[in-house]
Amino acid sequence: MSSRPELQAPPEIFYDDDEARKYTSSSRIIKIQSELTERALELLALPDDGVPRLLLDIGCGSGLSGETLSEKGHEWIGLDISQSMLNVALEREVEGDLLLRDMGQGLGFRPGVIDGAISISAIQWLCNADKSSHEPRRRLKAFFGSLYRCLARGARAVFQVYPENLDQRVLILNFAMLAGFSGGVVVDYPHSAKKRKEYLVLTCGPPSVSTSAPKEDGESYSDDESSGDDENQTVCVSDRHRPRKKQRMMKKGKGREWVLKKKEQMRRRGNYVPADTKYTARKRKARF
Amino acid sequence: MRLLTHNMLSSNIKGVTNGFPLRIEVEKVVEKEVDLNPDFLRSMFSKIDWKALVHAARSIGYSELPDEADPSMLDSDDFLSRFHHALLQLHLEEGVLICPETGRRFPVNKGIPNMLLHEDEV
Repeated sequence: MSSRPELQAPPEIFYDDDEARKYTSSSRIIKIQSELTERALELLALPDDGVPRLLLDIGCGSGLSGETLSEKGHEWIGLDISQSMLNVALEREVEGDLLLRDMGQGLGFRPGVIDGAISISAIQWLCNADKSSHEPRRRLKAFFGSLYRCLARGARAVFQVYPENLDQRVLILNFAMLAGFSGGVVVDYPHSAKKRKEYLVLTCGPPSVSTSAPKEDGESYSDDESSGDDENQTVCVSDRHRPRKKQRMMKKGKGREWVLKKKEQMRRRGNYVPADTKYTARKRKARF
Repeated sequence: MRLLTHNMLSSNIKGVTNGFPLRIEVEKVVEKEVDLNPDFLRSMFSKIDWKALVHAARSIGYSELPDEADPSMLDSDDFLSRFHHALLQLHLEEGVLICPETGRRFPVNKGIPNMLLHEDEV
């Protein structure tokens, strides 16, 4: 059996009363959770002026991460899909407000009102399809889209994630970029399998000097996702308004040369491709 | 759930264009004492939809808020304490939140609104 909870059951079932109780009784879990939260808060880089902010805790669970936020004086709203975990949070008398909500259905806040968002070990759940109606891509899109809308301009979101593999990390990151976020991944303790922690640091709006990637903990390296590929790093505002396909601007369409090139590519990959003839890429008559 | 959260929350059912503000049906309201932080209130003021806050506060039985408010009023301690009370000290413990457009009811139990959508609402 896998040790990854994501592979065992949907979150609202996995985090049942028994699992939820661990989050109050195990001092180890409590310690790790609060450490992760402190680190996430550090990466959130809120202005240091003593003014409490309104933060979002996505997948707040039993409110362990929220307690750290409260300690720092911030107001927070937590959402989670597991009623059992929220009940534990009630028992612990956390100070923030709790919502029973599925992040994959969109967050549902007014635009621009939230000063920052954190999430500890929750986002990877979005990549699972636990019900027949679940479509991970759609859920990721709904989540990041609604998050982008509700965050104030220049606000940050820091997600501690446990992606299963590289593909999953790229998938999550791509949807974040599509929504308009800029940012990347910060890896703490990259050389230790156990201590290694990944944080997605996302900024709402185009990147600026003040929101450049922060330093990592431990002896670490900066893992700018899909390194070198600058296009994936950021989707600038101007980029988003560019027409989707250049084709529309060129009017003429793609032409025979382009088609031949593509067919050659496909052939090299070993796919079945019809032979090139005089009909290849020829325009249809107007009356068709 | 505090009115702070209510003021941020909007219904995101598929096809709803203006899901804000959610109407409140009250069964039980509790008050919890919290320290007043003027800095936080000042920074929140610009984000609060005042009309919705006044309306929500009235619907849970607190009508001390003025109909109109502008930033200059934030200097008055009296106003701050009322604002603080409405925003952070009143908790909707049991009740229902209602989507203004579709009338969909989101039950609130033990202070936690159940905002889970059905599959056909996503």
